Amino acid sequence: MRPFRYEHAADREAALQAGRSAAAAAGEAHVRAPVQYLAGGTTLIDLMKLDVMRPEVVVDINGLARQHGEIRSGPDGLQLGALVRMADAAEHPAVRRDYPVIAQSLELAASQQLRNMASLGGNVLQRTRCNYFRDVTWAACNKRAPGSGCAAIGGPDRGMAVLGVSEHCIANYPGDFAGALAALGATVDIEGPGGRRVIPFEELHRLPGDTPHIETNLAPGELITGFSVPAGPWTRRSLYLKIRDRQSYEFAIASAAVALDLDAGVVREARVALGGMVAKPWRSHEAEAALRGHPLTEGSAQAAAAAAFAQAVVHGEDRFKPELGRRTLVRALLQCAAMEI
Amino acid sequence: MADDAGRPTGGLIGQPHVRIDGRLKVTGQARYPADEPLANPAYAYLVISAISRGRVAGMDLAATKATPGVIDVLTHENVGQEVKPPMGPDGKPTTTTLESDQIWHDGQIIAVVLAETYEAAREGAYKVVVRYAAEAPSATFDSPGVEVEPLKANETRHDPAKGDAAAAFAAAPVKIDARYDTPIQHHNPLELFSTTCVWEGPKLTIHEGTQNLYWLKGSVAGQLGLDLADVRTISRFVGGGFGSKGAPTSRTAWIAVAARRLKRPVKLVTTRDQGFTIATHRAETRHHLQLGATPDGRLTALVHEGWEVSSRPSSYNVSGTATTARMYACPNIATKVTVVHADRNTPGFMRAPPDTPYMFALECGMDELAYALGKDPIELRRINDTQTDPVSGKPYSSRSLMKCFDAAAGKFGWAKRDPKPGSMRDGDWLVGYGCATACYPCNIGPAAARLSLTPKGKATIQLAGHELGTGAYTLLAIVVADRLGLQVDDVQVMMGDSDLPPVPGAGGSNNAASTSNVAAKACEAIRQRLAMAAVRTNAGIFAGVDPATLTLVNRALVGPDGRSEPLETAASRVSPGAIEAHVENVPQGLPPDAAAALYHGRASLLRGQSREDVTAFAFGAQFVEIRVHRRTCEIRAPRAVAAFASGTIVNPLAAHSQYQGGAIWGIGSALHEQTEIDLRTARYVNHNIADYLVPVNADIGEVDVIFVPEEDHEVNPLGVKGIGEIGIVGMNAAIANAVFHATGRRIRKLPIRIEDLL
Repeated sequence: MRPFRYEHAADREAALQAGRSAAAAAGEAHVRAPVQYLAGGTTLIDLMKLDVMRPEVVVDINGLARQHGEIRSGPDGLQLGALVRMADAAEHPAVRRDYPVIAQSLELAASQQLRNMASLGGNVLQRTRCNYFRDVTWAACNKRAPGSGCAAIGGPDRGMAVLGVSEHCIANYPGDFAGALAALGATVDIEGPGGRRVIPFEELHRLPGDTPHIETNLAPGELITGFSVPAGPWTRRSLYLKIRDRQSYEFAIASAAVALDLDAGVVREARVALGGMVAKPWRSHEAEAALRGHPLTEGSAQAAAAAAFAQAVVHGEDRFKPELGRRTLVRALLQCAAMEI
Repeated sequence: MADDAGRPTGGLIGQPHVRIDGRLKVTGQARYPADEPLANPAYAYLVISAISRGRVAGMDLAATKATPGVIDVLTHENVGQEVKPPMGPDGKPTTTTLESDQIWHDGQIIAVVLAETYEAAREGAYKVVVRYAAEAPSATFDSPGVEVEPLKANETRHDPAKGDAAAAFAAAPVKIDARYDTPIQHHNPLELFSTTCVWEGPKLTIHEGTQNLYWLKGSVAGQLGLDLADVRTISRFVGGGFGSKGAPTSRTAWIAVAARRLKRPVKLVTTRDQGFTIATHRAETRHHLQLGATPDGRLTALVHEGWEVSSRPSSYNVSGTATTARMYACPNIATKVTVVHADRNTPGFMRAPPDTPYMFALECGMDELAYALGKDPIELRRINDTQTDPVSGKPYSSRSLMKCFDAAAGKFGWAKRDPKPGSMRDGDWLVGYGCATACYPCNIGPAAARLSLTPKGKATIQLAGHELGTGAYTLLAIVVADRLGLQVDDVQVMMGDSDLPPVPGAGGSNNAASTSNVAAKACEAIRQRLAMAAVRTNAGIFAGVDPATLTLVNRALVGPDGRSEPLETAASRVSPGAIEAHVENVPQGLPPDAAAALYHGRASLLRGQSREDVTAFAFGAQFVEIRVHRRTCEIRAPRAVAAFASGTIVNPLAAHSQYQGGAIWGIGSALHEQTEIDLRTARYVNHNIADYLVPVNADIGEVDVIFVPEEDHEVNPLGVKGIGEIGIVGMNAAIANAVFHATGRRIRKLPIRIEDLL
């Protein structure tokens, strides 16, 4: 870790003021931006210790919990403040009852200690676990050092992405909660030097393309203040299925966030997002379209899974991942259809 | 209760006892080496190489030296001549560090940054710019450029063989011919590798978590050219070792040099990722196994060939064929081991080093043979059970293998198993049962101890033993209390300091046997002095009685007729203060210089598979239930049962934990653990414990342990066989066999993962 200046923002205005200097100082690369917001710190501090991130100024935004630390559930949907802790959202009775996919995605992530610290806003911005990114002694990492290449391609790639990858980056987006937000069509509340804006959650993260160092569509100095999840007849029949080598405290090797609105077994609406092998939080409109209007059966679930992974790109050890992803989605859909609500 | 000589004992050996150091540990008061308070320490941070083969062409240290708080940087250029390289785990040359510009492997120590704070040292280390002259490295088996070295027999290693195995295999009516692979594994003990060095004049004190105080002391003295008497190693508690802290490694001498340069204590605590390359690991292995059998299941041929990876300069190997050749009655045996040298750090000891990988091959092969014969796997082992070492023809000191199988099978519910693969289900989960033999040779070494007993009945035993979390302190308190007629709480145990009498390193499951037998011998020396004084006095009740018949029971000296006198009375005849004994115990069969070598940190063990009189192994049987999801193929192990027969169990409470820990590690070994290597660069990539997986609580269900009673009068006077390693040995194969039973898929490599079963 390198020395940095620590600032505490008492409220949103103070944070944005600090963020303005970030806007002035920043280049394009998110990872090496000189000003960083600090909430739970579960990603930032880790990466600072590893020397991956080297901020000059760290702006503690935990004071914003007074303005953006609430969970509100109503007929229109669910509002989640960015400073809500993962554990608090996972344990919230309305979230558990009406949005089980959200509660499960949070509960199956990390450990209780981490969930107690990590904020929802920070969680969706969690950085990849790609070891070539996290170990700075690898010279080639386009995400960390733009233009340097990708050491991960051709290396052990069991943990890498197969959907949305490019020849410049195959890093996997590791989060779980983001899958639930993507599936449910959530929006993101953003405040920044340019004012307030709301964007679909699906548009928050960017595909790596030839600019893997630009990870999101957040402008320098912008701050996520919350998420809105619209109500819908599908949210109660929803679940998050996470597949991993061990039973707990591990990132997904495959995951599926699914929500269904069924009418006598026929899919009126389906929501599908995939994880564990995706370059960014991955809503599968292809899978949803394949299900809509069809009875939810093994066959239609298989067809949806085939559609979801039609564009998968594999390199080596990761060759099994599309098949595992398909099986994960089929299992999730059938389990979801069988839910008693 | 009576011991071998028919003398009654205190009845404490074999009774469960809570750890005497448990409170210290759970309240944070147990002082681990990095916890030692120091006056004005400087802090060290290691710079390690980012290439695996080549040379350090140069370093730019300007930014490092300009970092506030940085004091000094050690490199091969300024200190390279001050240290002789340490020997590897096998006592032979190994890779070097700052001695030269040469880079042998990924993550090799190439500089040490010294600073006023840990944070400044780390920041300074991050700012070191290294220029490399890199060469193309060889990563592992099959990589271009590896050197292949078929091992030869010598004084210490043999390739067990008898009969004509090739011909017997060719003629066998039923055959298994299969290849197996095991991965690179790292110990990752909770306590990070640390070293603190303090000089007082010519005397060097080293605080370092170690499994071998005297070896570390002797190694550093030799490396720095110091008088052995001027080096002291202290390690009162070790936060887990598993073999990783068994042999001296390079870092220690450099921290000593740093402390000498700075004329102040220097403390190094390495990071988790550095631990993957500055210490040792379990190397990847390959196996070719051929089993031949008659249609009724009798083995006629066993051919086991192994390949192991090591570093360029070291031929360290585990040669587990010494175990697999001895498991079952077989008239024709051939074995061979080959070391493949790559650009890697030297491997070393890791729980049951030879047995864990080699028994995976043999015990999977036995399961395959059972299926080929249409026999129950337990019955196949029963048919081939033996009380005679098939290689040497010597009797086993004791072998209760089938008792273990029968006890564990009953508890596990093996009878409910439908042997047909894929036949058992629970909803969406395929269910499989598997079993395997566990074993470990019984090793014992020379050891010394100092014991004192006060007239009030308080005893103190001192020896340079090692507490790795195994309950070593408690073990000695139990033995001394038992033999001196005291309560466990009356005994103080002092260990973890090379100023105390030497014992072998804690490894190879020798600790309980070596230390308990020397402790018992020290107790016997004190009993004899009390008894002699009592029978020689004219005034006492024991005047003229045979001193051999007097025993210490319940703080009294007791005669054969039941008369007794208080310990205080008996002791006051010998000394008005404490009675002291210093004893050395050299087990019969060790060379004459064994005691002298012990003081130099070169303890030679009497090994269970190479004794003159008997072959001595502990045995066990391990059973596992595996569940595999029929769609997504996650593999879970909700249930394990194991039975072990390991001679005298001094403290069943600690032994139960040790056995359970072995089984739990076995679940990790078979299903989770694997160090991934980048084949292009020979670098480890998952060098952290988020990506190097070990089981978490949610992965472990029931782990039942059965103690099969066993008295062994041959193995050593107390009949202690040792339990440290055996708990893991059968697990790899038991799990692979259960996976086959659940799915019909025979996976011959570890770890077994989702993608193997899709």
